[in-house]
Amino acid sequence: MFDTMKKNKALAVIGGLVLTAVVAVPVMAQRDPAYEAARSSGLIGEKPDGYLGYVTSPSPAIKALVEDINIKRKAAYTRKAQETNSTVEQFAFTSGCNLILRTVPGEKYQTPAGTWNTRDSSAPVRDSRCP
Amino acid sequence: MTMYQTSQLTDRAYDAIRRNMRSLTTTGLILGVLTGLSACVQVSAPDKPIVINLNINIKQEVVYRLDGDAKSLINEEADIF
Repeated sequence: MFDTMKKNKALAVIGGLVLTAVVAVPVMAQRDPAYEAARSSGLIGEKPDGYLGYVTSPSPAIKALVEDINIKRKAAYTRKAQETNSTVEQFAFTSGCNLILRTVPGEKYQTPAGTWNTRDSSAPVRDSRCP
Repeated sequence: MTMYQTSQLTDRAYDAIRRNMRSLTTTGLILGVLTGLSACVQVSAPDKPIVINLNINIKQEVVYRLDGDAKSLINEEADIF
């Protein structure tokens, strides 16, 4: 009798842990599917200044999407710049270095010279000040 | 006696003047050498136009300092990056 209860308790604990893990994953914010599609199709790309840019002239939907994300990015950069005693431009530029490095093959990024490159398996062309 | 004292005073004065002269000569020599050296430094105008980099406010050391914070922000707000 007691043995069964013990077993049930252990099962309940394991079940709880599994449930927590399953619930916790979707909490992490993910990219909007439309944004992800625009990135992978090469319509938009990462710029060295830390913001998104248009590779080709954008449709109204793409324009709205990029503007919305860039406004949110600027708000995040501003908050972090205040926390780190830096300027918004400095924090945005440092983020840009990282964002270009994180592009996956097929995605677009802008070189310091201003041309749009398609990321391949080799290292991206970045500003000399990037870490 | 009086003559001797006068002569002694004169000698002392003469010594003092000689010492002063020597230090003056040394100073003069040093100044001369310095002037000679500085005359060798030539300043020529650059033949290329002077370019002022407007991105100078973003220095590499700042980028290195902020790199960790930038990485954590990108991970925290993955929906906008």
